[in-house]
Amino acid sequence: MAELLQQVINGLSLGAIYALIALGYTMVYGVLRFINFAHSDVFMIGAFSGYYLAPRLGGGTFWGGLAVLFSAMAICAVLGVIIEKLAYRPLRGRSTLSVLITAIGVSLLIQNVGQNQKIGFGPNPKAFPKIFPESNLQMGSLVISSNQIIVLAVTVVLLAVMWRIVHRTRIGTAMRAVSFNATAASLMGINNDRVISFTFALGSALAGAGGILYAMNYPSIDPLMGTLPGLKAFVAAVLGGIGNLPGAALGGMIIGLVETFVSGTKASTFRDAIAFAILILILLFRPAGLLGKQRVEKV
Amino acid sequence: MLPRSQIWLLVVLAAAGGAAAFSGRMDDYVLDVALGVCINITLAVSLNLINGFTGQFSLGHAGFMAVGAYTAASLTKTLGEKLLPLVGGQPWILLPIALLAGGLVAAVAGLAVGTPSLRLKGDYLAIVTLGFGEIIKVIFQNVDFVGGALGLNGIPTTLNPAWVTVIVFSTLATAALTVYVVWGLLHSTYGRGFLAVADDEIAAESMGLNTTRYKITAFVVGAFFAGVAGGLYAHTKGTLTPGGFDFTKSIEIVVMVILGGMGRHVGVIIAAILLTVATEWLRNFGDYRMIVYSLLLIVLMLTRPQGLFTWSWKKKAA
Repeated sequence: MAELLQQVINGLSLGAIYALIALGYTMVYGVLRFINFAHSDVFMIGAFSGYYLAPRLGGGTFWGGLAVLFSAMAICAVLGVIIEKLAYRPLRGRSTLSVLITAIGVSLLIQNVGQNQKIGFGPNPKAFPKIFPESNLQMGSLVISSNQIIVLAVTVVLLAVMWRIVHRTRIGTAMRAVSFNATAASLMGINNDRVISFTFALGSALAGAGGILYAMNYPSIDPLMGTLPGLKAFVAAVLGGIGNLPGAALGGMIIGLVETFVSGTKASTFRDAIAFAILILILLFRPAGLLGKQRVEKV
Repeated sequence: MLPRSQIWLLVVLAAAGGAAAFSGRMDDYVLDVALGVCINITLAVSLNLINGFTGQFSLGHAGFMAVGAYTAASLTKTLGEKLLPLVGGQPWILLPIALLAGGLVAAVAGLAVGTPSLRLKGDYLAIVTLGFGEIIKVIFQNVDFVGGALGLNGIPTTLNPAWVTVIVFSTLATAALTVYVVWGLLHSTYGRGFLAVADDEIAAESMGLNTTRYKITAFVVGAFFAGVAGGLYAHTKGTLTPGGFDFTKSIEIVVMVILGGMGRHVGVIIAAILLTVATEWLRNFGDYRMIVYSLLLIVLMLTRPQGLFTWSWKKKAA
C-alpha cells in the first residue's frame, strides 16, 4: 500500500511537468492548428537558463529559487515569441505541412546550437544545481521530497493563473475567439498576430517552468533532454483532447502516472514506448481525446 | 516492342550490372556515397508514394527501414553461415532473399501500422506514425537476438570481396526498381486513385473509391521499399543500432520529399541525390554541420515551401 502511494506521488509529480509542457502544445495548436516541434527545445532552454542563473540569483534559497524560476520563464517567453515571429509568421496561411517542417527545422537548430561546444552548451550532460532548499519528508515508509511538493505546488499555481488568464481577461477571451474561428475573430477587430504572440509567450513560459522543475527531479541536463518529455507531453495533449486546456493537464497526469507504474514493473525498459501505445489506443477509440469535442466533417 | 518505361528500366539495370562489375576497383569513399545516394532515392521515392502522391503525412519511415534492416541483416549474418552452403555459398542468392524478406516483414509492419492509423488525418497521422517509429526502435533495443541497445555488428559489407559486387548491384537495381514500380503504379488505372485520395478525399470517396484501401496500399508498398532500403543500408554500414533509426532519420527522408516537391517524380530523386551529397559536403563545416543543415531547412521552407523543383507553370500534383 505504501509502495502504491509512493508511486502515485512520483507519478503525479512527473505528470505535473508533462501537464505544463502539454499546455503549451495545446494552446499553440488551438490558435494555429499545428504541432510546435520547437516547444520541447524551449523546455530544454528553460532548464539551461536555470543552470546558468542559479549561481547568480542565489539558487538554493526559497526566494532565490523563485527568482530563477521566473527569470527562466521570462527568457523562454521571449524565445517563444522570437521563434514565432521569425519562423512561423512568414508562413501564416501556408499549408500546415510547411509550418510543421519549419518547426522541425527550428527544433533541430536549437538542439544543434545547444550541442555546439563553442557557441552553445556543449554535448555533455551537466549536473543541475540546487534551485530550492531540499529535504525529504518521511511519513511512515512514504518518502516525499521537497522537490516533488514544489513541483506540484508550482504546477497548481501556474495552472490556476493560466485558467484565470484564459477565462477572465480580455486577451484570454481573444485567445479563445481566435482558437474558435480565426477569421471571424479578426473581423471582430481582434489583432490575431498579437494574440498568437501572446499565446507563444504564455506557452513557452510554462515550458520554461517545466524545464526547471524537470531538471530539479532529474538533475542531469543536456541539449537533447527535451525530445522525449516533449513527445510525451504532446501525447498528453492529444490524450486530453488537443486544444482543450483541462484536457492537457489531465492527459499529463495520466501519462505521468502510467509511466511511473510501468517503470516499477518488469517492463521498465518499455517505459518510453508506453506513452505512444496509449496515444495510438486513444486515437483509435476516441480520436478527439478524452475531453475533446468530436468534430463533424462537412462537405 | 516494350513500353518505354520498361526499356528505361532494362537500360538502368544493365548500367547497374556494368557499374557493379567494376565496383571492386572503386574508391571506398566514392562507392559509399554512391550507395548512400541510391538508398536515399529508394527511401525518398517510396515515402513520396505515401506523403506526396497519396497525401498521407507519415513520419515513421525510419521505423520500417529498421524492420527491414534488422530482418535482412539477421538473415545474412546470424543465419548466413547456415544458409550460405544451402545456396551453394553464393551471396548472389542469399542477399536478394534477405532483402526481399526484409521488405516483406516491413510491409507486414506497414499493414499492421497502417490499418488502424490511416483512419486519422494530417497532424494526427504524423504523430501516430512517429509514435510507431519510436515503438519499433524501443522494441529493437530490447531484443537481445539482434544485439539490443548495443546494436548488431559484423554484417557483411562492401569491404568483403565476396559480397561487394552483389551489394552494389542490388542497391542500384533497387533504386531503379523502386522508381519504376512507383512510377508505373501511379500511371496505371488503379494508381489514379492515389492521386484522387490526395486531391480530395471526400470527392474520391463519393465517386466510389475505397479510400482506406488506397491509403493502406500506398503505406504497404512504401513500407516494403523502405524495408529493402533498410536491408541495403545494413549491408553498406555493417553495423546497426536502434538509435540510428530514430525520428531524425525519418525527418531526413521527409525533407528529401518536401524539397523535391511532394508528389513529383524527378524532383524527389534530384533532392535525394542533392541532400546525400550535401550531407557529405557539410562535413567541411565540422561541428557546425547540423546547424547549417537546420538553417538551410528553415530558409528553404520560408522561401520555397512548394519544393525546390516545383515551378509555377507546372500544375501542382498534391
